Amino acid sequence: MATKVLDITKEHCPMTFVKTKIELSKLNEGDILEVLLAEGEPLDNVPRNAKEQGYNVISIEHVEGTTHKVIIKK
Amino acid sequence: MAENKKLSIIAFSGDFDKLTAVFTLGTGAAAVGYEVNIFFTFWGLDAIKKKQGRSFTGGNWLTKIFGFMMGGLKVTPTSRFNFLGAGPKIFRYLMKKNNVATLEELVEAAKALRINLYACEMAMHVLGLTKDDFIPEVKDVLGVASFLNLSEGGQTLFI
Repeated sequence: MATKVLDITKEHCPMTFVKTKIELSKLNEGDILEVLLAEGEPLDNVPRNAKEQGYNVISIEHVEGTTHKVIIKK
Repeated sequence: MAENKKLSIIAFSGDFDKLTAVFTLGTGAAAVGYEVNIFFTFWGLDAIKKKQGRSFTGGNWLTKIFGFMMGGLKVTPTSRFNFLGAGPKIFRYLMKKNNVATLEELVEAAKALRINLYACEMAMHVLGLTKDDFIPEVKDVLGVASFLNLSEGGQTLFI
């Protein structure tokens, strides 16, 4: 089981969820993707879209400032 | 997730800014689980040409000149503030500086997301283009009837 880290804190729409989707599609079943993202649209949408597409959102935690970490399991 | 979420875009314009809108909507929709079809016609065909600069694509002297003048993705003009080709360079600079995806990055994302790219048969015929003039990700060459069939039951945009 591999863990991959994706930092999209500096990205904007649509690349925030586009990059998340592309990274998730590269992972194997059971792998983990740790997404670092900013609050606002990315924090509202990335976990929701992941859930809608059948991925398991394990946790959402505040890191520092406006940065949050979302852990998604494929 | 709702069944059959589908977005079909008719990419008619070859303008840098409008193509940016096409690929922003397309990649965004694909990333949230939509099936996405983009049907490139007329000026829009410039976006999927293999040769991204200016080249004499086309069958006869007239379409070759058209091919050169239209060019590919790298030389698309902006619909406003083109300033003889400086406009797109300024926008690319501003987009990079502000961490917004450039048109080229969006096209690469569209390929990675396996968005369905189609070329218009009629416009290709007029401009003397063949499927070999396009990037290999172009799935098929279609007409109106096939496009309507593909887009049925989803949302359709003309850009």
